[in-house]
Amino acid sequence: MNSAPNSPVLVVRNAQKRFGAVHAVRDVSFEAYHGEVLALLGDNGAGKSTLVKCISGVYALDEGEIMVSGIATAIHSPAAARRAGIETVYQDLALFDNLTPAQNFYCGREIAGPEWLPRGMRFLSKRRMDREAAAVIDRLKVNLPKFDAPVALMSGGQRQAIAVARATVFARNVVILDEPTAALGLRESRKVLDLIAQLRAEGNAVILITHNMEHVVELADRAVVLRQGRKVGELKPERANQQHLVAMIVGAEGIGNSAP
Amino acid sequence: MREQPEIASSSQTSDRPTGGLTAVSLSLRLLSVGPLLILAVLVAVVSLLTPYFLTPVNISNILAQTAVIAIVALGQHLVILTRGIDLSVGSNLALATVIGGLTFRVTDSAVLVMLAMLISGTLVGAVNGAVYVFGRLPHPFIITLATLSICRGLALELSIGHTTMRGMPDFIVAVGSGNTFGIPNSSILVALITVAVLIMAKAMVWGRWTYAVGGEPEAALEMGIPVKWVLVSTYVISGLCAGIGAIVLAGRTAASSPLYGNLLELDTIAAVIIGGASFLGGRGHIGHALIGAVMIGVIRNALNLLNVDVFFQMIAIGLVIVLAVEADVLRSFLEARTRAMQAARTQ
Repeated sequence: MNSAPNSPVLVVRNAQKRFGAVHAVRDVSFEAYHGEVLALLGDNGAGKSTLVKCISGVYALDEGEIMVSGIATAIHSPAAARRAGIETVYQDLALFDNLTPAQNFYCGREIAGPEWLPRGMRFLSKRRMDREAAAVIDRLKVNLPKFDAPVALMSGGQRQAIAVARATVFARNVVILDEPTAALGLRESRKVLDLIAQLRAEGNAVILITHNMEHVVELADRAVVLRQGRKVGELKPERANQQHLVAMIVGAEGIGNSAP
Repeated sequence: MREQPEIASSSQTSDRPTGGLTAVSLSLRLLSVGPLLILAVLVAVVSLLTPYFLTPVNISNILAQTAVIAIVALGQHLVILTRGIDLSVGSNLALATVIGGLTFRVTDSAVLVMLAMLISGTLVGAVNGAVYVFGRLPHPFIITLATLSICRGLALELSIGHTTMRGMPDFIVAVGSGNTFGIPNSSILVALITVAVLIMAKAMVWGRWTYAVGGEPEAALEMGIPVKWVLVSTYVISGLCAGIGAIVLAGRTAASSPLYGNLLELDTIAAVIIGGASFLGGRGHIGHALIGAVMIGVIRNALNLLNVDVFFQMIAIGLVIVLAVEADVLRSFLEARTRAMQAARTQ
């Protein structure tokens, strides 16, 4: 993959989102590039979840625009976001416990034929789905106990990895990860972080929401900080400016006069 | 030694999980073939107690008697897969036979009589599904309880006081009570329907969606599966199966009756649960509903042969249901254990 400084794959420009009297996202703009991990930081209620849900089609923006690969794209449903090549891994993972990893990968967008039948009546190409899912699992070096066992039998980390791997199969442009390590132990978090690093190495644009500053400093190439719905800063996270970053998040740094 | 210090126990996990994990996964596998195993043991024990049990005549007898339960249980299984329940199947079947009987008064055509029964059954199923999903009911229990009552009342009303209406076209009688090469035609029909349902559930996208909706309804929505239509379709198929069951029962007795199918909903639910499906949804192999139906048939037949009181049959089947549900609980517990052990192994 060629290195980052090219045109952004995702551009969000002057995004606004209100819920009644609550102005959740105020005039936020940012870009994401291929081969880069962008951390989206902010305290609870800062607007990062809302912003992400606007990009993944759960909410529609009130104002502003989203451009994918340089083309202005209307994203008004999760399906539309997927069509634009944007995949999101939510905290609840949206995995089917009773299905195998391969079945989970393709659930809702099965490879099946023949084309002239209505979607539900088509016949599954099981072997092809198994093979392609196995290849992805293999490529991402995800360690699964058994490939043909239901996901219910797998640990939190393995499940997280399956959800992330599923997203990468279909994400042509952006992978959004909402607190991927929040529910995991130390070792399992490590594995997921390695996975994120690999997504980046493969050229994906990764947007990472997390509260863990260690992970941000270690992984993120850039960080966008939100507070009270506004973007209050953008910088390259490093050990040296970790304190500064935290101060920006909690608003204890003299820039706290931004509220009207 | 009950309260070990935590450090000691965590240092042990490094070598213990592999052994524990195989034991747990072995018991999980045992549980998944459990219903078949229990059926085999049951057959072995009963055939020791009474030699008549394993004669061809008796076996074909059991098969013929379980055909209706098996067919309707296949439909019920699809509904239970999606965390639902269809309480109306018994009354639905009775109404279908009455509609068939009335049609037979007008025409001798076996095709038209069968069609009438199939349409009647399917329509009731469609009403169940549509009211449940589009009427936004909290649980299918309510609407299928309503149609249980409505169908039975309608069947009684339409048959104008007759408890049985004699007569069915020859072809339908042949389906219900004839044999082909010594195998009951109704059993052949069961086999055909099983294959059809298996193909739908295992090979078609619809089946994958059904398991997905039953397993994780929220995720199914997020993944873009047409959840509402999947739900409606399972009730439609359950109704169709009740219609097919009506053909078999009307054929076997060469009659129709508004009293047919009494408590059939309980027998079919029992068959599905005994067969190893889960009320929690998304789990259970289609073939297991058959095993459950045959097991109910075997228990009834065996207790008959052994001259055990009819009331005890009900008690016996009730006990088997409790066993089956406990096995399901044990399975969830073992799955949780496996998950914890997997996590421990990564440490």
